[in-house]
Amino acid sequence: MSLELKNIEKKIGLETHIHPTNLKLEKNTINILLGSTLAGKTTLMQIMAGLDKPTSGEIWFNDENVTGIKVQKRNVSMVYQQFINYPNFTVYDNIASPLKIIGIKNDEIKERVAKVAELLKLSGMLNKKPNELSGGQQQRTALARALVKDSNLILLDEPLANLDFKLREELREELPRLFENRECIVVYATTEPSDALLIGGNTATLMEGKIIQYGKTIEVYNKPQNLISARVFSDPPINISDIKKNGNTFSLLKEDVKWETSNVNLKDGNYKVGIRPHNITTYKEGKNSIEIKGKILISELSGSESLIHFTNTDSKWVSLSNGTHQLNVGQEVKLYMNVDEFIYFDQNNNLVSHV
Amino acid sequence: MNKTINQRAWLFVIPVFILVAFNAVVPLMTVVNYAFQETFANNVFTWEGTRWFKQILRSDRFHAALGRQFMFTGVILLIQIPLGIAIALSMPKKGIGVPICLVLMSMPLLIPWNVVGAMWNIFALPEIGFLGHSLNDLGFDYNFTQQIGDAWFTTILMDVWHWTSLVVLLSYAGLQSIQPAYYQAAEIDGASKWAIFRYIELPKMKKVLTIAILLRFMDSFMIYTEPFVLTGGGPGNATAFLSIDLVKMALGQFDLGPAAAMSLIYFFIVLLVCWVFYNLMMRNEEQK
Repeated sequence: MSLELKNIEKKIGLETHIHPTNLKLEKNTINILLGSTLAGKTTLMQIMAGLDKPTSGEIWFNDENVTGIKVQKRNVSMVYQQFINYPNFTVYDNIASPLKIIGIKNDEIKERVAKVAELLKLSGMLNKKPNELSGGQQQRTALARALVKDSNLILLDEPLANLDFKLREELREELPRLFENRECIVVYATTEPSDALLIGGNTATLMEGKIIQYGKTIEVYNKPQNLISARVFSDPPINISDIKKNGNTFSLLKEDVKWETSNVNLKDGNYKVGIRPHNITTYKEGKNSIEIKGKILISELSGSESLIHFTNTDSKWVSLSNGTHQLNVGQEVKLYMNVDEFIYFDQNNNLVSHV
Repeated sequence: MNKTINQRAWLFVIPVFILVAFNAVVPLMTVVNYAFQETFANNVFTWEGTRWFKQILRSDRFHAALGRQFMFTGVILLIQIPLGIAIALSMPKKGIGVPICLVLMSMPLLIPWNVVGAMWNIFALPEIGFLGHSLNDLGFDYNFTQQIGDAWFTTILMDVWHWTSLVVLLSYAGLQSIQPAYYQAAEIDGASKWAIFRYIELPKMKKVLTIAILLRFMDSFMIYTEPFVLTGGGPGNATAFLSIDLVKMALGQFDLGPAAAMSLIYFFIVLLVCWVFYNLMMRNEEQK
């Protein structure tokens, strides 16, 4: 089982929503489409589902060309950001609805609904209606509807975006388990890099209607093919700075920061370095930490971490440091960067050396 | 913690209180006053108790007017609600067609009631009116000033023309608020058009439809101007709905006591029907 997009392109009027795209998704995989709003995640999913037709290109499913075949005839299910359920059906009827339409016998429906409800912790509320449930339970119902059908392709379009923090965490942890032992391809669209890292599987980074990079999630994270991919896969945004290499000595062009390393095999010259915010900390981490001075612009707490925006000379930097730090605006601080975690790009923004 | 006592708050409440008193309570109490007394010249009143109420409730004339009223309201609701929903469903959802349709739909609602009555009166006149003349040319013996059926037909057609737009606009607003994802999800399930209407659109429109039915019930139950201008309640008393009959009694015959009693009964019927209907429609919502 595989889903393959061959040179898919989508134009609406003069606007290109999806640039020619090739992508092959294998069976029993979870694939994450990671990109900001308007990156083309939803359009791509609708093309995969058959809800929307590509302007050109073909979609192949299991060595069969399914371009232009309507969604009803493909075995697809989809979960949306909004909690989409039949408003006046009970949870049971909601979950059973796709099975009833296919014409499955009542006994089997009962059995399958009970199984899925159990999996999604909905067993106690089968007789309730969607608006008697919390947001998390409504989305569980929608997920159950998608799972009960045994679809070949399950599309999840930012399913956790409308949930509050705690429910999101809870459901996110359960998600990978839901798709275990299933003969299907799962596609999960999200704007959150942390979703991708927690769920694992494969990730495609998207930007302005283009797939920038596709591969194992952890590899895309550690070896971003280029700066764009690194930017998409970093929240808060990755710090980028121009550097100069001379022998084993590297220095930031604009700031008075230098470090030495023999791990990076490059010709001497000008490069760019990408430093993820959580690799800039208020304490030394690892053997090869170097110091950077900063003047605080904003410092805010996010959970048990501190998000610190600071300037060094002209440029702005972001740090995400463990622990809660009370820092005042304008205060001068010393921060530390772990040299071993630096990602190097050439002048054309392509990856040249990674962790 | 101590509560702060500030008598100045009264200053903010009193204007509303006075306004409501003069606009609702005082006129209502005047009617109540008339309903329990006999009125003579020189402002002489004698107490009559519930005599007028008994008289009205037992009178054939009131029963007939009430019957006509329920008949009329029932018929126009049965036509306007489904028709309004059907038109709303077939209206475009985006593009240039939307403002055009909305403006066209709003037009009848902008015309003053007595103008609607006068328009339809002229439109339906058998000799010179476009509708009346055409119907006669087609071989129908149509004359709304003479024949009861024709008078009803014309009155109902006029009301449908005037007020279906309101149902359309409300239903359209309800439909527009349904997120596109619902339709996609139904498409993925393979749900039929009827299933989409029955299980997604109708439940999602329930609240606006409740409002539409309530508004149309109240307005049509209290209808006066349009049939008064169109038929004057005739032929005979055939289209004399409650309010027309009430005005005849109060201002035509100057039977102030019975007319006041009838007003109160009328008022309570509207209130009761609205209350029962609203509670029935919202019963499920409140359980949640």
